[in-house]
Amino acid sequence: MTRPQVRTAPAEPYDIARIRADFPALGQEVRGKPLVYLDNGSTSHKPQAVIDAVDDFYAHYNSNVHRGVHALSERATEAHIASRIKVAEFINASGADEIVFVRGTTEAINLVASSFGQRIRAGDEILVTEMEHHANIVPWQLLCERTGALLKVAPMDDTGTLRMDEFEGLLGPRTRLVAATHVSNALGTINPVKDIVDLAHAKGIPVLLDGAQATPHIALDVAAMDCDFYAFSGHKMYGPTGIGVLYGKREILESMPPYQGGGDMIRKVSFSGTEYAEIPHRFEAGTPDIAGAIGLGAALDYLSEIGLDRIAAYEHELLLYGTEQLGAIPGLRLIGTAANKAGILSFLIEGVPAADIGPLVDLRGVAIRAGHHCAMPALEHFGVGATARASLGMYNTREEIDVLVAALLRAQEMLA
Amino acid sequence: MTIDELIENFELLGDWEERYAYLIDLGKKLPAMPEAHKNDATKVQGCMSNVWLYATTDEQSPPRFRFEADSDAFIVKGLVSLLLTVYAGHTAEEILAIDAEGMFDRLGLQAHLSPTRANGLHAMVERIRAEAHSQTA
Repeated sequence: MTRPQVRTAPAEPYDIARIRADFPALGQEVRGKPLVYLDNGSTSHKPQAVIDAVDDFYAHYNSNVHRGVHALSERATEAHIASRIKVAEFINASGADEIVFVRGTTEAINLVASSFGQRIRAGDEILVTEMEHHANIVPWQLLCERTGALLKVAPMDDTGTLRMDEFEGLLGPRTRLVAATHVSNALGTINPVKDIVDLAHAKGIPVLLDGAQATPHIALDVAAMDCDFYAFSGHKMYGPTGIGVLYGKREILESMPPYQGGGDMIRKVSFSGTEYAEIPHRFEAGTPDIAGAIGLGAALDYLSEIGLDRIAAYEHELLLYGTEQLGAIPGLRLIGTAANKAGILSFLIEGVPAADIGPLVDLRGVAIRAGHHCAMPALEHFGVGATARASLGMYNTREEIDVLVAALLRAQEMLA
Repeated sequence: MTIDELIENFELLGDWEERYAYLIDLGKKLPAMPEAHKNDATKVQGCMSNVWLYATTDEQSPPRFRFEADSDAFIVKGLVSLLLTVYAGHTAEEILAIDAEGMFDRLGLQAHLSPTRANGLHAMVERIRAEAHSQTA
């Protein structure tokens, strides 16, 4: 088995033209205009290296894993294991056994709610924040309904910044888990995750972080963050859809019962009783998304080659430019103005319903999202039901922001 | 306006920006819906935007349908207006005979709208047809 080499970011400047050329989908025209893809918060495009890795698997060594009695299966198993190791290294986990492959962030959180959730009792409390995606609200509501536990919500201020004093005050003697987002998908806020973890740990409370919007933009170090769980999706970080990761600290994963039953998650099955497999396989019943895991590994290689710190710096510049340019549109109100933000621009324009912004800018080839972004409580804080959201990726440019701004001004004109 | 006139108007408009502008204009001309009629019962489920539709019938025999409708999005309001153009003033039997799918196809809307948005349009058609059905039942 080949372990991926640790790559260091080259010192040359961020070569945006070369990066764009790596993504075949970006070169196309839609509605007769060059595609301006600003919906990366929903899902990102894939570099050729990821598409090739998935293709190569299906074309050359498609086989089931963990049943290595023939050459192809050995190859598939090795590649699958190598991807798990890549993930562990990418987020600085202490071992590949702390990496559970799942379908995405949503399944990762549901896994924790289902398995870790078995220790939750009536009267216990789960603490979330007001800016969570529904995927980090509803699994806990379901758990509360099953157990009689209570869901507590830490509020944010009017910039979309978590109120840490209130958060700390809500960490009570019955709090069993904190489930907080690393980066808000609707507002762009980057939460002070280290402070969240430290405050919770001071009271012996484990922390799950929803990293769906963070992993494409922020260099991750779960050891430094010291979180107990970290959930993320492959498809938002330039990998395939259908593959995601639940990171869990070894000791906490080992203490958890299985999630789903089936093949691959057992050591021995008999009708008098079944022994479960070690972590992470205990949580991975059935044939996994082998191609997806291999594709995710390729995406991580791609990101590591360019360097997440450089991507973050580039995107930050772009965010500042976008904030300035959008701010110049008359009647535009940015929703989410925290001091520490990732590349998400959520906004409303006076006289232009969010539902109209989407199709009108689409006419100019611009892809954004309009709606509640599966974060209805977060938007409710601002008294709105929907916003338009432009979410930046590593391949976006200032020129694309300019196209968006021109399309928004035209939309405003059409509705006037 | 008949379906054919609508389609002719649509075809005269060169590109989709002009067609959207036309829809927005149609929407703006839609008579205001009384706020009291915008409630959970009149809200059309299955639309991305809020859409309300309130149907009444007149005294004729067989009765003719009248509709009040509104949406918080302009383009959607235009689509609603387009629907009402072909459905309003007709009897239940006539409404059920109208081929809405065919009309959307001929307008090119079926091909242009994303499936989610097209679903919203179908939800409105279904709502109107359900109102007609309840009259014939």
